[in-house]
Amino acid sequence: MSDAKAKSPGAVQTTGHAWDGDIQEFNNPLPSWWLWGFYATVVFALIYWVLYPAWPVGGSFTKGVLNDITFVDSDGSVKTTHWNTRALLIRDLKEGKEARLSQEYMSRVSAAGYAEILADPEMMAFTRSVAKGLFGDNCAACHGAGGQGVIGLFPNLADDAWLWGGSIEAVSTTITEGRYGFMPAFRDTFNDQQLSDVASYVLSLSGQETDATASARGEKIFQTEQGGCYYCHTHAGTGLKSQGAANLTDQIWTIADVNGTDDPASKKERVERVIRNGVQRRMPRWSERLSPDQIKLLTVYVHELGGGQ
Amino acid sequence: MSDAVEQPLYQARIPIYTRSVKGHFRNLKWGILGLAYSVYFLLPWLRWERNVGPDQAVLFDISARKFYLFGLVVHAQDLFWLAGLLMIAALLLFFVTGIAGRVFCGYFCFQTLWTDLYMLIERLVQGDRVARIRLDKAPRSVGKLLRKGTTHLLWLLAAFLTGLTFTLYWEDAPRLIVEWFTGKAPFAAYATVLFLTATTYVMAGLAREQVCTYMCPYARFQAVMFDADTRIVAYDAARGEGRSGRHRVARSFKTHEERQQQGIGDCIDCGYCVQVCPTGIDIRNGLQVQCISCALCIDACDTIMGSLGWGRGLVRYTSEKQAAGQPSRIWKPRTIGYGLVLLVAASALAWSVGNQAPLELSVVQLRQPLFVRLSDGRIQNSYELHMENKTDQPVDLVIMMRGLAGAQLDVGKLASLELPAQRSLRVLARVRWGSSQDLKGSRSFAFNIVPQRRTDLGMLSAPATFYLPGADY
Repeated sequence: MSDAKAKSPGAVQTTGHAWDGDIQEFNNPLPSWWLWGFYATVVFALIYWVLYPAWPVGGSFTKGVLNDITFVDSDGSVKTTHWNTRALLIRDLKEGKEARLSQEYMSRVSAAGYAEILADPEMMAFTRSVAKGLFGDNCAACHGAGGQGVIGLFPNLADDAWLWGGSIEAVSTTITEGRYGFMPAFRDTFNDQQLSDVASYVLSLSGQETDATASARGEKIFQTEQGGCYYCHTHAGTGLKSQGAANLTDQIWTIADVNGTDDPASKKERVERVIRNGVQRRMPRWSERLSPDQIKLLTVYVHELGGGQ
Repeated sequence: MSDAVEQPLYQARIPIYTRSVKGHFRNLKWGILGLAYSVYFLLPWLRWERNVGPDQAVLFDISARKFYLFGLVVHAQDLFWLAGLLMIAALLLFFVTGIAGRVFCGYFCFQTLWTDLYMLIERLVQGDRVARIRLDKAPRSVGKLLRKGTTHLLWLLAAFLTGLTFTLYWEDAPRLIVEWFTGKAPFAAYATVLFLTATTYVMAGLAREQVCTYMCPYARFQAVMFDADTRIVAYDAARGEGRSGRHRVARSFKTHEERQQQGIGDCIDCGYCVQVCPTGIDIRNGLQVQCISCALCIDACDTIMGSLGWGRGLVRYTSEKQAAGQPSRIWKPRTIGYGLVLLVAASALAWSVGNQAPLELSVVQLRQPLFVRLSDGRIQNSYELHMENKTDQPVDLVIMMRGLAGAQLDVGKLASLELPAQRSLRVLARVRWGSSQDLKGSRSFAFNIVPQRRTDLGMLSAPATFYLPGADY
C-alpha cells in the first residue's frame, strides 16, 4: 500500500477493472493492523468455542472441553461440571482468601461458649459484623435496622427492657422457638369507669401523675380476682418473664405510647385502649430458617444491642 | 474526485538506526541504568525481619491495606503520604528542570532506560547501525529471520521479566513466582504481567521516541519550565559554523589552521551526533521539542573533536545566555522558590512519617436508633469505637470517657481489650446518662483509650456527642 502511494502520491488506487470504458472501482483496503486484529478475534472465537460453553444445540448447548470446574455445593457435595461462572462464584465464595478467613473465625465462634465470645473482643467484632447482616435479612423487617422496633407493634431490642428475659439463654430461646405474646381484651369485662381506674393505677406504678382515688379503685381491680391482672403482671407490677408480661413499673412503654405525649388525659386514654383491646403479638420460630450457628450469632448481637442482662 | 489528495492520518515513522557511542555521558547513563535495574529487579527479593507481617522488605499488600517499606508500615489512613510523595516528585521535576533541563527524560525516565536496554539487545544481536540498515534492506533469508526473531524474543523476555517483577511488589515474591508458573496465581497477576509485557514491548521496542514526542505530557510541559538560564544540550554554532559554515574534512579543509583561514567552522559535518540521537534529530538545528537531553550527541562530538585534537565541547551543556556570551546564573527567584517549596514539602512528609501515630481511635455514633430510653429513665447512646494498633507489639487498652458527669460506660463483658500488633478492632460501647425528663439537646464528651504497660504510648482521645430526646436534630 505504501509502495503504491509512493509511486503516485495523492492518487487513490483502483482495482484495475473498468466498465463502459471509464467506470473504475476505487480500492481502499482496510488498514492491515485492523485486518489482523479482526483475524485475531476470529481465532480467539474459534478457541473459545472449543473451551467454553458456546453453541445452543436443541434444548442443550455445547459444554466446552478440557475446562471442567470442581466446586463444593451448598449441600456439601463435591461437583465437577463444565466451566460456568455460577460454579466459579460458588467456589470463590467458599475458597477465596476472605471466605477462608471468615470460615476460620466462624469455626472459632462456633466452638466457643457464649461467655467466651462475650469476653473476647475479636470474636465479638466478628460476631457483630456477621450478625448485622443476618439481623438485616431476617429481623429488621419488624424490629428495624437498629433493633429500635415500632411502638405498639414490635418490641424495641435496643433498650434494657426484656419481655421474655434478657439473659443469653432467654434471647436464644426466643429466637429459636419464637414467642406468642398475649393479653386478653377487657372490653367485655370492665365498664368504662373500671377501665379508667385500672389505667390510672397502671400509670401510677411508674410514677406518672394520676388521680389518687381513681388509682386506689384501679388497684383493687388489678390486685384481685376481679381483674386478675396480677396473674401475669405480678402484685408488684414487674411482670412475669415466663408470660412475656410487661414490667409496668419502669419508664419503658412498648404498646401504649405513654412517653409520646405530655398530656395526662391522653396518656391514660392510650393505656385504656390497650386494656380494652388486649394484645396479641407473635414472633415466628427461627430454628427452621436459621442454623444453630446463625442463631448463636444473632443471640449475641441482640443481647448486645441494649446491653443485655 | 480526481484532485482528491489522501491526507495521512498520522505521520509514518521514519526508522531511526541509532549508532553506539562511548563517552562520559554514556557511562553515566549505563551507571544509572544498572543502578535502577538492580533496584527494580532485586528489591522484591530483599528479605526483612518483622515481628508481624511479611518478611519482604518492600511489599504493597492491597488486600490487607498495608504497604511495607523496610522498617515502615504504611496503613490505609497514611495514604495521604502518597499525595505528598507525588507533590514532592512534581516539585523536584520543576526544580531540576528549571536548572538543568530535561534531566529526568534523558537519564531517569523508564521509557529512556528500557529503550536503551532494547537498543543494546538490538545491537548485540544485529550489530551496529550500518549492519542493521543493511539487514533491513537485505532480502528475506533464514539468517535475517533468525537475527530479527532473536531480537524480538529477547525483547519479549525483557518485557516479561519487567512485568513479572512488577507483580512481585504486590505479593510475597518467592511464593507468587512459584504460583505463577504452576498456574495458581491470582488472575490479576497474569493480567498485569500480560499487560506490562505488551506495553513494555510496544513502547520500548516499537514506539520508542514516538512516546516522548507524541504521547508523553511531561515531555511537553517541561518546556514551560525552561528559561534563558536553563542548561540545555546545544551546538556551539559560532564555533561550529565559523563565518562560512561547516564543511567536511577534505583537501584544503584539513587542518584547523586551513579551516580558520577560510572561515570554516570546526564542525566537520560527520553526522555522528545525528546518528547517535535516539529521537533522530539534528542538535545543530537548535533546541527542539524532541530533544530528551540524553547528551549522547555530546559524547559523539567529543569523540570526534577529541580525536582531531580540536578541543571538546562543540556540542555541550550550556544555557541560552551562556551561549550568547552573557553571564548565566543558577539561583534565580523561580529556582529558589521551587527549592524552598520542595524543602518545605519534603520536611513536612519526613515529619509526618517520623511522627506516625502508633495508635488510632475513631468514634462512630450508631444512629439507628440515635438514643434509647432505659427502664430507669436514663438515655442510652451507642458508639462503635474503631481502634488501630500500628506498632509491632500487642497493646492492652482500657476504654474510658470524660466530660459527662455521672455517665455510665458499658463495653459489655469483654475480659480485656488486647489489640494485637498491626491490627484493628471495633468495639461497641454504650453510654447511659441523665435521669431527668427535662434534659434536651446534645452534649459533647470524649472517649479515651489508655494503653496499659506501654511507656512508649500515650493516651488517645476522640470526641463524641451524646444525644438526648426532644430536640430537633
